[in-house]
Amino acid sequence: MSSLALRLPRRRVLPGFGLSLGISLTFVSLVLLLPLTGLVGQLKGLSLAEYWAIISDARVVASYTVTIGAAAVAALANAVFGLLLAWVLVRYDFPGKRLLDALMDLPFALPTAVAGITLATLYAGNGWVGGLIEPLGLKVAYTWVGIALAMAFTSIPFVVRTVQPVLEDLPHEVDEAAMTLGASDATGFRRVILPYLWPALVTGTGLAFVRSLGEFGAIIFIAGNAPFETEITALMIFVKLQEYDYAGASAIASVVLAVSLALLLVINIWQGHFIKRLHGGRG
Amino acid sequence: MTLDLRFSRSLLAIALGAGLAAPAAAADRELLNSSYDIARELFAAINPEFIAHWQENEGEEVSIQQSHGGSSAQARAILQGLRADVVTYNQVTDVQVLADDGLVAEDWQQQLPNNASPYYSTTAFLVRKGNPKGIESWDDLDDEGVEIVFPNPKTSGNGRYTYLAAWGFADHQFDGDEARIQDFMGDFLGNVVVFDTGGRGATTSFIERGIGDVLISFESEVNNIRGEYGSDDYEVIVPPVSILAEFPVAVVEPNTERNGTEELARAYVEYLYSEEAQRQLAGFNYRVHDESVAEEFADQFPETELLRVEEVFGGWDEAMEAHFSSGGQLDQLQRR
Repeated sequence: MSSLALRLPRRRVLPGFGLSLGISLTFVSLVLLLPLTGLVGQLKGLSLAEYWAIISDARVVASYTVTIGAAAVAALANAVFGLLLAWVLVRYDFPGKRLLDALMDLPFALPTAVAGITLATLYAGNGWVGGLIEPLGLKVAYTWVGIALAMAFTSIPFVVRTVQPVLEDLPHEVDEAAMTLGASDATGFRRVILPYLWPALVTGTGLAFVRSLGEFGAIIFIAGNAPFETEITALMIFVKLQEYDYAGASAIASVVLAVSLALLLVINIWQGHFIKRLHGGRG
Repeated sequence: MTLDLRFSRSLLAIALGAGLAAPAAAADRELLNSSYDIARELFAAINPEFIAHWQENEGEEVSIQQSHGGSSAQARAILQGLRADVVTYNQVTDVQVLADDGLVAEDWQQQLPNNASPYYSTTAFLVRKGNPKGIESWDDLDDEGVEIVFPNPKTSGNGRYTYLAAWGFADHQFDGDEARIQDFMGDFLGNVVVFDTGGRGATTSFIERGIGDVLISFESEVNNIRGEYGSDDYEVIVPPVSILAEFPVAVVEPNTERNGTEELARAYVEYLYSEEAQRQLAGFNYRVHDESVAEEFADQFPETELLRVEEVFGGWDEAMEAHFSSGGQLDQLQRR
């Protein structure tokens, strides 16, 4: 984006730049910038001190810890298992492969509240899974583990769907070549395959993390919502709205937004550098 | 940055309105009743009766649209421009918010009998079969090892009533001794195992997930649950002291003027006081004011002392400010 603004070429080979950029910007303004402006507009009644008091309230801060901690665990788990799933879907042929592939999109298609209720049903003390693991002392529903589980469920497609196409482009010959040159399985994976997938994997994991920060519907039914323990930030926003405190809700929302935006930006910049390095500094 | 709040509200209203307007029927005029979450079945039963009643008396065919959700969220939608004609809520404060914004008459509580509340209820307990923990009143709820389920007072009007009822009981019991009341409330809140965001969520946790020893909700709700899930598995306990839960109704005047439904809306809220409507309300386990109906259903509603929010807390505004606002009593009780 920045390079585009800085050095606009005089003439383009591809026609339609003005029109397509115009339509894109209009659409982005309508769909993204207008609601964001509305959010910031809601903040205008707050002084800086009031803003700080709202976002640094002990209970709200506890909710950041819960949300970010659970989202990090969920994103890392998804990075590992998402990569594995993408690998299985790309590299192997097996009956039901198409079905598994389609199943990967289910968390996107399913209303998140349905996902939350289903997970709570399964993992509650009287549910199928909960009934098996709770006697062993493992509590999932109504703990932060349940929150991480709900987050992992709703965000797994981000990792699979970003890694999968890149992996499809990686020819078998590349890892076969590594093996014929004497690399062990582990070395081949670590030195040949993983670097190739790294940008996609980081992007997918980042998206999964950011998605989890904002998730409400799926989590709220399994979280238990105990103050200071299992309250997520989205619930704090919901509480503020219930109190008709639009400014307070927007203040907390702005923190989530800032964290998400910063992370996405960092990933994008890093990825730009990484790809440059991969192509020998030629972008 | 200078985007006007009203403008952003009306944008949201357009989006909301578009969603609601879609299933409009062919009838001449229609009324939109914005109501609380668990009143779906209730108004689904009352509306056809009112439509027949209006047809008979006025010779006009009208239709009634319903919108349900958490009562605060519902009020918020109207503040943001949803053109509901009447509101039927379970929270005095949610109607008051509309009155403060000029959408409902300032003296709305005087415009209809009984503080504009055609029916009322209280908070009651639902316990598991045989009442294994022997829960009879509020002072059994702060005992160690009793697991309680009720919705979060921060997000649910139902939950606020439970909190106020427990406080009112303690106030009564300890003769206003603030320290002892706070002790009791701290233990009581500490026994809550799951804080769902709404009443139905709490019901699900208690019934479907088997969590907790006692569910606290509106008397009407716990009776309906017991009716639905089997009277063999659960018992309803109405504590000897509890809180008066009013269900206020009001006409959203600016909206009815715009929609041309002034007399229709007024007739609708007044109809809720009629004997037929009161009988239906009692059938849904709400307590009613109509004497003959109340007598008819007397067995259903154990006698209990009902505390008024106005008397114990000095009014809803005061209760909200002292207990539920940010940093208020509830926040302090829940602080670690």
